[in-house]
Amino acid sequence: MSVPRVTVERPAAAPRPQLMKGNEAMADAAIEAGCDAYFGYPITPQAELLERLARRMPELGRVFIQAESEIGAINMALGAAATGARVLVSTSSPGMSLMAEAMSYMSGSELPMLLINVMRGGPGLGSIGPSQSDYFQATKGHGHGDYRVPVLAPASIAEAVALVADGFEIAARYRTPVILLADGIMGQAMEPVVPAFRTPAWDASAWELTGADGRSPRVVRSLHLLPEDLEAHNRHLQAKFAAITERETRWAGEQLDDAEIVVVAYGTAARVARTAIERARAAGLRAGLFRPISLWPFPTAALAIAARRARAIVALELSAGQMVEDVRLAVDTAPVFFHGRTGGMVPTPGEVVDRLSIAWALTAPTP
Amino acid sequence: MTAGLRTDDRRVVYGRPALLTDRSTHYCPGCGHGIIHRLIAELLDELHLGPKTIGVASVGCSVFAYDYLGIDFVESPHGRAPAVATGVRRARPDAFVFTYQGDGDLAAIGTAEIVHAAARGERITVVFVNNGIYGMTGGQMAPTTLLGQHTTSSPRGRESAVTGFPIPITEMLAILPGVVYAARGSITDPGQIGRTKAMIRRAFESQLAGPGLSIVEVLSTCPVGWGMTPTESMAHVANDVTGVYPLGVLVDRRRMAMGEV
Repeated sequence: MSVPRVTVERPAAAPRPQLMKGNEAMADAAIEAGCDAYFGYPITPQAELLERLARRMPELGRVFIQAESEIGAINMALGAAATGARVLVSTSSPGMSLMAEAMSYMSGSELPMLLINVMRGGPGLGSIGPSQSDYFQATKGHGHGDYRVPVLAPASIAEAVALVADGFEIAARYRTPVILLADGIMGQAMEPVVPAFRTPAWDASAWELTGADGRSPRVVRSLHLLPEDLEAHNRHLQAKFAAITERETRWAGEQLDDAEIVVVAYGTAARVARTAIERARAAGLRAGLFRPISLWPFPTAALAIAARRARAIVALELSAGQMVEDVRLAVDTAPVFFHGRTGGMVPTPGEVVDRLSIAWALTAPTP
Repeated sequence: MTAGLRTDDRRVVYGRPALLTDRSTHYCPGCGHGIIHRLIAELLDELHLGPKTIGVASVGCSVFAYDYLGIDFVESPHGRAPAVATGVRRARPDAFVFTYQGDGDLAAIGTAEIVHAAARGERITVVFVNNGIYGMTGGQMAPTTLLGQHTTSSPRGRESAVTGFPIPITEMLAILPGVVYAARGSITDPGQIGRTKAMIRRAFESQLAGPGLSIVEVLSTCPVGWGMTPTESMAHVANDVTGVYPLGVLVDRRRMAMGEV
């Protein structure tokens, strides 16, 4: 006897949040973004990222190599990127120092890559605690030469997932390395996440090396020995960096409409700032949060506007004061205060509220 | 090669390989790079590898190899060519991949990268050109410089008490199971050039046959850096350098596995 089949229309279930660790969520996001090849070296606090990809990438028939050093890892990435592959590298601060050389070469050779730096305390071997003391390195530095690299800083694991896909997209669009700058807490913390995985477009036809079959040979290079040639190449790069500045500057604001104190913070520091701002408002201090998401390009113009009605700016960092220099370059309408902790210490909301109170008192309008 | 083609009544027995570009090199008179570039171009032609080859250029005089070989190339940071080649090979498994590295590049700054590419048995070929000196930067001492040799950074001659001993890195690599073929040749006369070409052919064929790194060290010259004429330089390699770096096949594991040795 045949039973008629009945189809029941179920309402689409709301996606259930998953409890995800930052490093593992970023690894999954890279896989979903279509990452073809990963190269890394063990270092705390990013090791889970490497471990997760060690398991998952070969299952998917993709490339995973644990290199002999961070230098080896990023140069493997350089080679793979030259063939058009969607390449991911991850490390933590001391490893980033070793990758500085190839960052310069990849920028000069216009090769795309996403690099995740889960920052730890420094200088030197430092600590394995969370830190934001590589802001200078990420936004101003790493290798030699006139170049810039987009730097994206997530303040939640959900945002880290989204920025992995965005990072690949920006890398391909502008043919540049992109840094996703997380700190130890972003890598190690677990949060409920509805992961918004995304596979961005990727067209490597303009640069990929395939073997010169039916076309002229291609050379991926950063060497231009004639000064005229190198200056022309630098002008091309600078025009690209200007386009990135114009189109890829990102920030978020919270409670800025009536803010008289603007707290500027990114990543984990922004999470602390958010709690401190709630407490400050409860005590009658009108504070708001300006959160840079792209650290380079820094949201200079947006911050200047947000600061226009403020009587004080407070930069909050897990460092001795690095981003604050960009804040001071952006703001000339109000005094800029700084609060930071170093070495893996994280400021408490209470100590931030104390700083806001001091800034509030010092900038009180004279009667 | 254009050998065998007839033009008019004459038979061309020696011509410019198709993959060797028709231009003058920037290399100094008596430098060995021109000969070694030619051997690579001949072999890529003969093995029909040009359309699938991706070369990795390293830092030194030979970084401009891509100007003289008509194939795809990626330029590597100093010493990192084996790591770059690893990325190329893994991301594009169908490609034919070789690095072209000098002794400063491979035996000094790039030791970690070559040792670990060899340890992994990367399916790449390394053409290692050893002239015992940093030529491009003006003739400084390299780890391969002979004892007593005068360079701009060992003006009293290389002294072992201060700077140690010449490094036989190809012998060191040959003991690794990941290295399927390792050999050392020279270019001091047509016979040696022919033997070196056979070594590079064997190295290329090893890559085509399967996993494992293949390396050919080619003892070359730097007349300007050595303060010698081109003729004296060739004689110096034949008489003195080969005493420290003996010529021959160091290991051929594919042949050993087949019981031929």
